[in-house]
Amino acid sequence: MTIFNLYIFDRNGTCLYYTEWNRRNQSGISKEEEFKLMYGMILSIKSFCSRLSPTDLKDGFLSYRTSKYKLHFYETASGLKFILNTDINAGNMRDNIQQIYSNIYVENVIKNPECKLGQQITSELFQTKLDDYIRSLPQFATKLS
Amino acid sequence: MPRMEVEKTFSYPLELTLKNYNDQIVVGFGQRDGIKVGHAVLGINGIAAQGRSLEDGRDVLEVIANEENYPLAIKFGRNKLSTNERLVLTGMFHSLFAIGSQLSPETRSSGIELIETDVFKLHCMQTLTGIKFIVVTDIRQVGVESLLKKLYEVYADYALKNPFYSIDMPIRCDLFDINLQSAIEQSERTGISNV
Repeated sequence: MTIFNLYIFDRNGTCLYYTEWNRRNQSGISKEEEFKLMYGMILSIKSFCSRLSPTDLKDGFLSYRTSKYKLHFYETASGLKFILNTDINAGNMRDNIQQIYSNIYVENVIKNPECKLGQQITSELFQTKLDDYIRSLPQFATKLS
Repeated sequence: MPRMEVEKTFSYPLELTLKNYNDQIVVGFGQRDGIKVGHAVLGINGIAAQGRSLEDGRDVLEVIANEENYPLAIKFGRNKLSTNERLVLTGMFHSLFAIGSQLSPETRSSGIELIETDVFKLHCMQTLTGIKFIVVTDIRQVGVESLLKKLYEVYADYALKNPFYSIDMPIRCDLFDINLQSAIEQSERTGISNV
């Protein structure tokens, strides 16, 4: 079990924060390009799901899985998007992402007068808190291969 | 799974704003009583609507605009996907599948195999020859992997081995349809877990 990386996007598609832990494969494009691709894909998946759905959706798209990783998606009411990639054995991470939002993002970014809305998060306190939280999760266990 | 349809009797003037979207009359504004923005008009006074016109040939918007026709019982619901829309969605899935494998944090990842939402799951299996089987199920359905394998078998047996079937064309084979139906029914009987 392991956690690969985390993206935080605001509602305009700006990547507010990106960090990675055990990522072993780079996408081969620059980070800016990758953020755009990721945001575009998430937006398309959301619209894909709402058009395909046989009944009305409440939360909409939650996660997807490939043979090697699982992407968890959480969107707040204000349009803030959290994307967390883990390995495929991780169960439901929704509560964990909600924790990151309410206990770490709101406490250390929203309540921090130094952090401007809609700009990249540079707060070191936020980075440390987030890193500590992710490393304390049971899903985070470094594979030694 | 029940289709969400709401029928309600309206008096003039209609409180909802309707608009024409992709050849269907949908609610643009005025969500109320279970009728949501994006729901399409499925019928008026028990006459089914087909796209922009009713089955008896009258235009939906004209019927609704005419005060003499009121009170009207209008049925709303999620619009059914047309063949065209289904093709668009398939094309969309193909690109999502490719991007999913490109953005992988782990080496040699496949494309998307499973999408989860709060009301349905989408399972996808890609064969070695690049054919994708996509199944949309309830979130409690289990054993979809075996269903996908079974569908591949049915495809190989009744479409590919049919001498009148040409590859990469829509499948129109009776035996394929029959066996597909029975595979789905069998999976439906055994697959719903009560968790």
